[in-house]
Amino acid sequence: MSMAEAIIVTIIVASTPLLLAALGELVAERSGVLNLGVEGMMIMGAVAGFIATYETGQPVVGIVAAILAGMLMASLFAFVTLVLVANQVASGLALTLLGIGFSALIGESYANKPGIKLAQIRIPGLSDIPFIGPIVFGQDPLVYVTIALVIGVSYVMFRTRAGLILRAVGDNHVSAHALGYGVVRVRFLAVLFGGACAGLAGAYLSLVSTSQWLDNMTAGRGWIALALVVFATWLPWRLAIGAVLFGAVGILQFHAQALGIRVPAQFLSALPYLITIVVLVLISGNRMLMRSNTPAMLGQSFVPDR
Amino acid sequence: MLKRLMIATAALSLALGVGAAQAQEKFKVGFVNVGPKTDGGWTQGHWTGVQMLEKELGDKIEVTFLESVPEGPDAERAIEGLVQAGNKLIFTTSFGFMEPTLKVAAKYPDVMFEHATGFKTAPNVTTYNARFYQGRYIIGQIAAKMSKTGTAGYIVSFPIPEVVMGINSFMLGAQSVNPDFKLKIVWINSWMDPAKEGEAAKALFDQGVDIITQHTDSTEPLKIAQERGKLGFGQAHDMYDAAPKAQLTAIVDNWGPYYIARTKAAMDGTWKSQASWDGLAEGTVKMSDYTNMPDDVAAAAKDMQAKITSGEFHPFTGPIYKQDGTEVAADGVVMDDVSLLTMDYYVKGVDGTPGTN
Repeated sequence: MSMAEAIIVTIIVASTPLLLAALGELVAERSGVLNLGVEGMMIMGAVAGFIATYETGQPVVGIVAAILAGMLMASLFAFVTLVLVANQVASGLALTLLGIGFSALIGESYANKPGIKLAQIRIPGLSDIPFIGPIVFGQDPLVYVTIALVIGVSYVMFRTRAGLILRAVGDNHVSAHALGYGVVRVRFLAVLFGGACAGLAGAYLSLVSTSQWLDNMTAGRGWIALALVVFATWLPWRLAIGAVLFGAVGILQFHAQALGIRVPAQFLSALPYLITIVVLVLISGNRMLMRSNTPAMLGQSFVPDR
Repeated sequence: MLKRLMIATAALSLALGVGAAQAQEKFKVGFVNVGPKTDGGWTQGHWTGVQMLEKELGDKIEVTFLESVPEGPDAERAIEGLVQAGNKLIFTTSFGFMEPTLKVAAKYPDVMFEHATGFKTAPNVTTYNARFYQGRYIIGQIAAKMSKTGTAGYIVSFPIPEVVMGINSFMLGAQSVNPDFKLKIVWINSWMDPAKEGEAAKALFDQGVDIITQHTDSTEPLKIAQERGKLGFGQAHDMYDAAPKAQLTAIVDNWGPYYIARTKAAMDGTWKSQASWDGLAEGTVKMSDYTNMPDDVAAAAKDMQAKITSGEFHPFTGPIYKQDGTEVAADGVVMDDVSLLTMDYYVKGVDGTPGTN
């Protein structure tokens, strides 16, 4: 592999978990629910994915377990915020704390155990094409799943009736309710989808990026995913661009350092967050952009008046 | 979360146990750690030491081991929590706990504190550290002999003196074998983030490095080295099981004897504030088996290890020059501990400046 190929491949590996987690959160936020528990759902996915894979020897079982763990965490959040109408911000933060602590507890005896890495696919012939081969036809299966999910979410959200209902609920839950749509049900499903994606993103970290489980191994990626959703102004395709950009900043700064380019490492580490702030400033100055894409009911609780 | 749970549990057990504990008051020892005890590196090293301590003084002491405490204001709360739970001797095991430890110590003069890898003491605050640089000199020599490209990669956390000293010692060792040896340094701004450490390792290998070493805590860089058919060194803990084909040796921290000695001193009232800095000679620093290398390289490494252990050789023996050529130690002169512990510059041959590379 040439240097450029190697760099692109590692950028894809770094970007995929960010994109997965952010995509799930985007769907939840489009329905009007702000779930700050992404980090907690993600880390539960990472530990569940690792344990299930370790015990069965089957990464597929691990992936399913991770998705279920993420959904379980999400259903807890959904129950508390949608059924019991608790504050979403506080509940989301609690979910993150719960996830980090609980995953450390159940994962303690699995820390540093040798894991299994999900293999990259190989299509004879195609994967051998120079440059294009390893990048287009040589990734791990979850990369293709992620790309399919971005296309799928984009299609469903903007080209189908279900997507229209989701956005209606997120933009005006009173009207959506008056039209007969089950606001709580739609939101519950959107939050569950978010949990599944976050769980899968966690599994990506413990089964693809690395092959191990360690406490707190998500290391703030759930928060980057949350920032990405805003960065992308709630549009799936912009999310994909943003995730690759964030991933690329991370990888390229390592290469820049190894090449001896003199930039403070702390500045490079802060760069993704700086970019997010700049984008926030730019989009909040653009009323059209904000009005058309920001879910108007984001973070607001809804109590049906029968 | 876990940390808070443990503090809560400690407080609760104190409240409930007052009556029961009167018969035999156990001496309470607390530990504040930056990572989980299962990190396979730094914190696990302290945990292993604590297990030795419990084995030795098991029925006379009660240990509270707090994990994953962030460096910063949160640490102060954790340390104070331990004081309030009745701990009389408190070890804080990361550089970033230095100021929080001193702050809490000033408030509770009757409690004894021990801070690892720092350089500020107080009447009730001791510093303790291990001379890891001794091991880094040895692995520097091994790297220079084993590398075909003449370039090693070095994954680092934060530009603190301990880390900079390690880089310099590694490089001095490498230069003693190959004067033109090159080092590519990558800062990841974290003590433990396996995915990031792995990415840094991949970037270094993609840039043509064939041996890596690290001053971060997870086993991921070594695993990547094994995946790529390259070599590396274990950090703080024997990481052989994680990468049996890649680990050349590991610098192993062995805190047990120190923890036993200090706890005993605290219990019988002979504890005094000091700045302790033990190494290979005292057994606080150990080298794991020399593997994946030819016999002559292993023999030379063992030889150097013996020389450092006996005190015959000191890694920071002059002539040593800064990058700009300024002499910091004249020919044959050994640098003193204070200049080592406050080291903020690279030696000649290392490119960049600490933290900006």
